[in-house]
Amino acid sequence: MREVAIVAFGQSDHRRDTPEISEVEMLMPVLHQVLDAVGLRAGEIDFTCSGSCDYLAGRAFSFTMALDGVGAWPPISESHVEMDGAWALYEAWTRLLTGEAETALVYSYGKSSPGDLREVLTRQLDPYYVAPLWPDSVSLAALQAQALLDAEDTGDTVADERALAGVAVRCRTAAEDNPHAQLAGSPPPEALLDEPYLVRPLRRHDCPPVGDGAAAVVLAAGDTARRLCRRPAWIRGMDHRMEAHGLGVRDLTRSPSSRLAAERAGAFETPVDLAELHAPFTSQELILRRELRLGEDVRVNPSGGALAANPMMAAGLIRLGEAAAAIHRGAADRALAHATSGPCLQQNLVAVLEGDAS
Amino acid sequence: MTPAPSPEVLQAPLVVEFPFTRSLGPVQSAFLTGLRTRTVLGVRTTDGRVLVPPVEYDPVTADELADLVEVAPTGTVTTWAWNPSPRRGQPLSAPFAWVLVRLDGADTALLHALDAPGPDAVRTGMRVRVRWAAEREGAITDIACFEPYDGAEGGEAVPHSGEFTDPVSGIVAPARLDYSYAPGRAQSRYLKALAGRTTYGERCPSCRKVYVPPRGACPTCGVATAEQVEVGPRGTVTTFCIVNIKARNLDIEVPYVYAHIALDGADLALHARIGGIPYDEVRMGLRVEPVWSEDGRYPDHYRPTGEPDADYDTYKELL
Ligand SMILES: [Zn+2]
Repeated sequence: MREVAIVAFGQSDHRRDTPEISEVEMLMPVLHQVLDAVGLRAGEIDFTCSGSCDYLAGRAFSFTMALDGVGAWPPISESHVEMDGAWALYEAWTRLLTGEAETALVYSYGKSSPGDLREVLTRQLDPYYVAPLWPDSVSLAALQAQALLDAEDTGDTVADERALAGVAVRCRTAAEDNPHAQLAGSPPPEALLDEPYLVRPLRRHDCPPVGDGAAAVVLAAGDTARRLCRRPAWIRGMDHRMEAHGLGVRDLTRSPSSRLAAERAGAFETPVDLAELHAPFTSQELILRRELRLGEDVRVNPSGGALAANPMMAAGLIRLGEAAAAIHRGAADRALAHATSGPCLQQNLVAVLEGDAS
Repeated sequence: MTPAPSPEVLQAPLVVEFPFTRSLGPVQSAFLTGLRTRTVLGVRTTDGRVLVPPVEYDPVTADELADLVEVAPTGTVTTWAWNPSPRRGQPLSAPFAWVLVRLDGADTALLHALDAPGPDAVRTGMRVRVRWAAEREGAITDIACFEPYDGAEGGEAVPHSGEFTDPVSGIVAPARLDYSYAPGRAQSRYLKALAGRTTYGERCPSCRKVYVPPRGACPTCGVATAEQVEVGPRGTVTTFCIVNIKARNLDIEVPYVYAHIALDGADLALHARIGGIPYDEVRMGLRVEPVWSEDGRYPDHYRPTGEPDADYDTYKELL
């Protein structure tokens, strides 16, 4: 199989509100950052793929506006997914694997601030049985969290509200080292547990911040990757799986699609030393740790993860980018990156990244 | 060079509202029609499970499903979440619990709301029953919500023909999302200048082209446009079309002409309506000028200036 690597990663600072800039104005510096890192101009990239969502912008074909930031003349080879950029990266990866391209630019962005995100996300639900009830994203995550807490009552797992708070504290403390994070630092678990519920059993600390942000990566194949990057983050495997859209059909305490994607990506063949998980809610990190068989020795979300910054459509791509960046700088040798989409971990993507032995 | 000043941010409400009309397949039609008559239907899978709400294809085996059964309007909560501040469109306006309910006779759970006095009155495993909406039309909202129930358990699912008189074949799902639209730096600058009857383009530092309206980036070079350039007010029609379809909510007589107009000094044509001349006399090269809207914040349309037509060579790059 052709070797493909992430050779550059960039992201914006993630902020609650960015009314002074349009999507393309937010995205452009990030694109320049990754292109500068590999010394390429937009026109020298073979394939460009992006991820975004019209419902965030409230406009049809909103991704075409962001294309202005790429420099699409003379005509470029371009594609778009109406999903998190992690799935755009998957498309670009397959394009490179087939030999159709040597380099690819992948970017994604989302401004959640113009709308009410909890309401906007109801529009991705089953339109016949679920969307007419307008169940918001925090409420659906709360149903999953309660299922996990109830499972603890039967002795299946170790999840209680204190464990959830522990996830929040660890992620937001880790984010103190991440200059792009929207939230960094946390009171201790005891203080968090004194806070009122947002949607019981979730408190504010169990939920991701709502914010605006963008991310981009450059992919390259074989010797091109070695030329563009001192220590490329080779994609050893990548897979994505999804589950039934009916929430009442699934066991919400499990994520079989994450498990299967990880297996197919080769995650279980050799232990990883770092994992970047796209777990917007604290309870989801506990579920993913179990499904992805991540022991206590694995550093999970040293970036702070989605609890520190969760720009819609970019947060998953950022997990791949953060994992790759850790390999680029020699802070990890074999990393797992995970992205999710849809309510209650409906869709999941897992990639395994490796650096050459130093 | 005029460096672009940093504008105050423009922001305006943007409401996106749409009624989605969706057709139903045989299984969904039977389920939603059943709700109208206070009947809850599920579908039996080839391996014997009963799915409620029913789907047309088995999520595990992908078998096509059509074996309808009736289940009880009573059931058990499999998980819940207390929602202290209900939002627009949600089933109840007072605080309530979201619940997944496995109805008696079913193997899967249905999402809905549970009317309960408070979170302490709710637990996983509690017994509930359907509270029907007073007016039912064949939609999931025909179930108003669930309510606590301490009566007998319903029995096994029983076969049902799925036949009803006057079955519903579709639903209309109204949606409304509210945004606060902010156009960003470049478009804010453009719109503010326009309100003063000045049209600004922005020049690309790389290819030197002047874009109007500016969006903050040169789509050719992929770099920020920063230098403001006043363009127009006059311009040249580069190409046009004759519109014969009357747009809803638009008080313009058809036919009328919609044209690409290259403002003097701009390297990209913008589009606008042409007025003040019979539609069949508009031509490429026609020189035009803006006629401002009543409140003077934007050009309502463009009209001929009376100048001689522009030479084709002067605008052929801008077609
Ligand atoms: Zn340019």
